[in-house]
Amino acid sequence: MAELPEMVKIIKIVNENPYVKTFFLDKKIDAKPGQFVMAWLPGIDEKPFSLSYAGNETAITVEEKGAFTKAMFKLKEGDRIGIRGPYGNGFTLKTNACVVAGGCGIAPLAPLIERLKNPFVIQGARSKDRIIFERRFASAKISTDDGSAGAKGFVTEVLERALAKTKFSIVYACGPEIMMTKVFEICERHGIECEASLERYMKCGFGVCGQCEADGLRVCKDGPVFSSENLRKIKDFGSFARLKTGKKVAINEYANWRCQ
Amino acid sequence: MNLETELCGIRLANPTVLASGILGVSRSLLSEVIRNGAGAVTIKSISFEPREGHKNPTVVAFEGGMMNAVGYSNPGAAAAKDEFAGLKKLGAPVFASVIGQAPEDFVKVVKTLAGLDFAAIEIPLSCLHTPGFGTLAGQDTPEKTHEIVKAVVKATKLPVFVKLSPITKNLGEVARAAEKAGASAITAVNTMGPGMVINIDAKTPVMGFRIGGVSGPALKPVAVRCVYDVYESVKIPIIGTGGVTTGKDAIEMMMAGAKVVGIGSAVHYRGIDVFRKVCSEMSEWLKANGYSCLDEIRGAAHG
Repeated sequence: MAELPEMVKIIKIVNENPYVKTFFLDKKIDAKPGQFVMAWLPGIDEKPFSLSYAGNETAITVEEKGAFTKAMFKLKEGDRIGIRGPYGNGFTLKTNACVVAGGCGIAPLAPLIERLKNPFVIQGARSKDRIIFERRFASAKISTDDGSAGAKGFVTEVLERALAKTKFSIVYACGPEIMMTKVFEICERHGIECEASLERYMKCGFGVCGQCEADGLRVCKDGPVFSSENLRKIKDFGSFARLKTGKKVAINEYANWRCQ
Repeated sequence: MNLETELCGIRLANPTVLASGILGVSRSLLSEVIRNGAGAVTIKSISFEPREGHKNPTVVAFEGGMMNAVGYSNPGAAAAKDEFAGLKKLGAPVFASVIGQAPEDFVKVVKTLAGLDFAAIEIPLSCLHTPGFGTLAGQDTPEKTHEIVKAVVKATKLPVFVKLSPITKNLGEVARAAEKAGASAITAVNTMGPGMVINIDAKTPVMGFRIGGVSGPALKPVAVRCVYDVYESVKIPIIGTGGVTTGKDAIEMMMAGAKVVGIGSAVHYRGIDVFRKVCSEMSEWLKANGYSCLDEIRGAAHG
């Protein structure tokens, strides 16, 4: 039961947009859609990333935000990073599904979309230049905050319009937590099952340190994907998350800290 | 089998205690651990000021054990006061873990947390990998131990547990210093080492802090010996901690002299319900070997 990083070569780097890169790794990881790995830059830090390709190819998709991702962006093909995992539970595969992605939230949902049968995909971004996997999911219904691509507005509005026509059996969601809470509210109102992938600051990644806990559930071990039953119970969902000190703060304060 | 145990006047439904540093960041997670069978739980250590701790990797597992160098990340005493309100409702005793540099620092935290429903206060004077604390600050000498324990005992009515390091020379002497200063129990032991794991491809130590404390199965024989030594040195009860993963491990620790056992890394090896598993395995072993209660085996290895 060793949980140690293994150095893995980056075989390909794809610029998804000016802010996001996908790093393809020279290692086959037997992972379910929605599972994550801990990525280690020796001497710098280690952070969790959902697998954006899982199966024949292995990749993580990274937005340049803080010190760690800035260091990631300096890496070239042939460089190596440490990887341990996969960790977490992953999504359950169901039919007649709708997938709602906001921004980087498309990353863990991408391998799911590829495994679902004809899912209805809604993808939101702040603007056209921030859309990820545009060609990979050409049939996705796009919405942007500024209207520079697809419908102007939020993914939740697209979801409401879609639900007026189709009764989905399940909605999968990943994106900013505020978006996910709104998607979950809509699902609850329509009596539709929801699975959302949550993000919290992590340390061990395998369920022992407690850092990522949300109302008694460990996001790294019991999640990161939570079903409606758990989302109803997690009072922190959409409200609170923990800083590196373990201090519980409002979700907006947490989100601002994570962008530093 | 009735595993009910009394520790320093505190009633535990069974002798398994969640060790500090594992899962104990929130009231709700402690509640989850209790739901999974722990007889008592210990919170993650609290200092007066908030601390971010070391950079990741902070917790890893290697073949044979676990290593951590979390660096005492914690939200500070004031935030802990909110986090750990209403502990009575959890249904099992909760122990505070309090850290500091000078004796006054411990006292400040103890006073801030006073009024919450903690059943005891544990002071680890034995962390191996946080500058300013534990062994790196010499808190594990008999003199320092005496000084800090005396200050904490004076500041609270609760029983005070002192967590010792397996790397301390003359462990019995340190335990006696703690007992003399008014400690109610000894927690033996903290992690050992410090150790290091190097990734040979990266040619770099894996831990963010380069070194870390070793726990889990690798620590167990060392912890058993420490408990054995402490049992010979003091009259106060011992919380035997270090690599306890199965019911048989717990029995072994008790035969060395532990009144109850601490469980931490085993959450990784056997899941969050390891507490329930250890208890049922203890009961089975006792029954199979014709014992009717734990007192028949406690200290049995001392002849």
